Amino acid sequence: METTLAPGGVAAHLLPSPRPVQLLDPDGSLAEQPTDAHHYELPSAERLLHVWRGMVIGRRLDVQSTALTKQGRLAVYPGSRGQEACQVGAVQAITERDWMFPTYRESVALFTRGVDPVEALTLLRGDAHCGYDPIAHKTAPQCTPLSTQLVHAAGAAHGEKRRGSDAVALAFIGDGATSEGDFHEALNFAAVFSAPVIFFVQNNKYAISVPLAKQSKAPALAYKGIGYGIRSEQIDGNDPAAVLAVMDAAVEHARGGNGPFLIEAHTYRMDAHTNADDASRYRTADEVSAWLAKDPLSRLQTYLTAGGHLDDAGVRDAEQEAEERAADLRDRMNAEPQVDPMSLFDHVFAEPTPQQQEQRAMVQAELHAESEEQA
Amino acid sequence: MSTITMANALNQALRDSIAEDENVLVFGEDVGTLGGVFRITDGLTRDFGEDRCFDTPLAEAGIVGFALGMCLTGFRPVVEMQFDAFAYPAFEQIASHVAKMRNRTAGKVTLPMVIRVPYAGGIGGVEHHCDSSEGYYAHTPGLKVVTPSTPADAYSLLREAIADPDPVVFMEPKVLYWSKADLELPATTEPFGRAAVRRNGTDVTLVTYGPSVPTALKAAEAAQEEGWNVEVIDLRTIVPFDDETVVESVRRTGRCVVVSEAQGFGGVAGEVAARVTERCFHSLEAPVLRVSGLDIPYPAPKLEHTYLPGVERILDAIARLQWDDVPDLHHAGAGATA
Repeated sequence: METTLAPGGVAAHLLPSPRPVQLLDPDGSLAEQPTDAHHYELPSAERLLHVWRGMVIGRRLDVQSTALTKQGRLAVYPGSRGQEACQVGAVQAITERDWMFPTYRESVALFTRGVDPVEALTLLRGDAHCGYDPIAHKTAPQCTPLSTQLVHAAGAAHGEKRRGSDAVALAFIGDGATSEGDFHEALNFAAVFSAPVIFFVQNNKYAISVPLAKQSKAPALAYKGIGYGIRSEQIDGNDPAAVLAVMDAAVEHARGGNGPFLIEAHTYRMDAHTNADDASRYRTADEVSAWLAKDPLSRLQTYLTAGGHLDDAGVRDAEQEAEERAADLRDRMNAEPQVDPMSLFDHVFAEPTPQQQEQRAMVQAELHAESEEQA
Repeated sequence: MSTITMANALNQALRDSIAEDENVLVFGEDVGTLGGVFRITDGLTRDFGEDRCFDTPLAEAGIVGFALGMCLTGFRPVVEMQFDAFAYPAFEQIASHVAKMRNRTAGKVTLPMVIRVPYAGGIGGVEHHCDSSEGYYAHTPGLKVVTPSTPADAYSLLREAIADPDPVVFMEPKVLYWSKADLELPATTEPFGRAAVRRNGTDVTLVTYGPSVPTALKAAEAAQEEGWNVEVIDLRTIVPFDDETVVESVRRTGRCVVVSEAQGFGGVAGEVAARVTERCFHSLEAPVLRVSGLDIPYPAPKLEHTYLPGVERILDAIARLQWDDVPDLHHAGAGATA
């Protein structure tokens, strides 16, 4: 068998940059760029401003969601503070005609996607499994089983291609989920069918408590792509400019009929896995503060301010919108949702089975008896 | 009329569905050029092109998840799991996603897909090729579970499965792939949710499905010689379940034996026995008995005849239905004193 040779060795064009792509360093200055294939152009100031604004709003809503959980309004909330560059940047690089496949941690990605925050949080509030219309938003329900949504993304992307559309699918996962079998099956299916999927791994260093070193011996998770014949890249996931630039390249690659693309974004979850987790059991305060110094939001804000693209009035304007949206979310989440037990049987099948009809009648009678007792 | 095997009927159902609806796609392992290891997809790629019937990588979770994704863009995939036990890697996709998608999206996302599973034993298959896995699917809300026992039903039920708006696990009894019937296709039999009375009788009702139907019919003939007039009901669809036909029969006969090749403990046969008891208690002359596979892993081919519920075991069960009003103390624990 002949292997595909590229300059630099076997299939080297598929390999990621040896160091994560970074356009803005943690201080908000332009980072030195390589001249090889891993050179990416800095996105326009206008687009970076748009990402920055999305991050300001996304972070505020994320913080608000954590607060709502502490007040008992959400059953659970997996925060993503610190990962906003990934979630906002990746989503802003796709269009409405593209698909998105989020996990439970992608609340900020969903807010960015234009899903009503209340609908995005419905799953976590506990009144329904999915609060938004996945078809209308071309956004799959938030996936809790790990990596299973990636094969759905491959199928949807292939389906779009079969329909003659140039839509792509953006599928999110975390570092731990790359150990799951469906991650590998999805990469393989997408590659074999040349399905336009962008696999976006947010490597936030921990799968709940298990550090990446116990998860994988790969030099970087982005190296997992080459085995499937998938072009891959690793990026500084706290650099919004790098996220946008590499996502642009990935979208162009996939939309252009070149098959899937794998991105590993190195980032960090500043909060615990969820409100129910105690992160101090598995990571040090020093480690967390070191990552705080790499914050994606302040990094981009510094760059935009220094370049004269953003002034105090601009910051105040964005912060005001974020406050208004957080207040709106708070108000609407404080309203007690109406849930109807009789809806339980509505969407199991298009037509309920006789057995479900029988159980439905039983529940109806129980509810009737309860209301009689209360009357 | 021509002589048609169940395999022919299934192949024709796939052909007619592909020809009628441009959204129907067939894919899985070896289903393309080879036509499937049981040749159920024989000639589909040749006649309809690789767009309509294609081979996939060898990964069952991938196949089912990929099919789910294709449903999002309006396709109606019909996927093949090569063998019963080889479908287990896809179980998470089936149980957590395929079965639940309509429900978790409040009806916004529907999955008109069919998962074909050649299942059960009796073909001399080595291990992992003979499992009766229908119970796992039947226990999972959101899946329809269908299993034909005749070529006519194979055709009609598969057409209905492909046209159904919800996911259907279509269990094909391997041992019946080469069973024949004189038949004109297309054929339309009773719809989902209707059991069929395969033999009328007055003394005992045998409730069965899939690979066990011919065995139950043979047992009924043998029972006739012993003086028992046996009715045989073929469930055809386990989900939705036809309580009505089963109950009407058992109330009439007063005795019931459930025959299923799957291991008995926690299985479909137990569910049927419970349903019959709940509904027919006052009509029953004897406890409902189950004749099932043994509660052991499916055995090596040379021992499968001991494992499989055969005519003799069914006749023994019929004989135990308290014809002389003698209590049945055969059961483990039945000798315990109060």
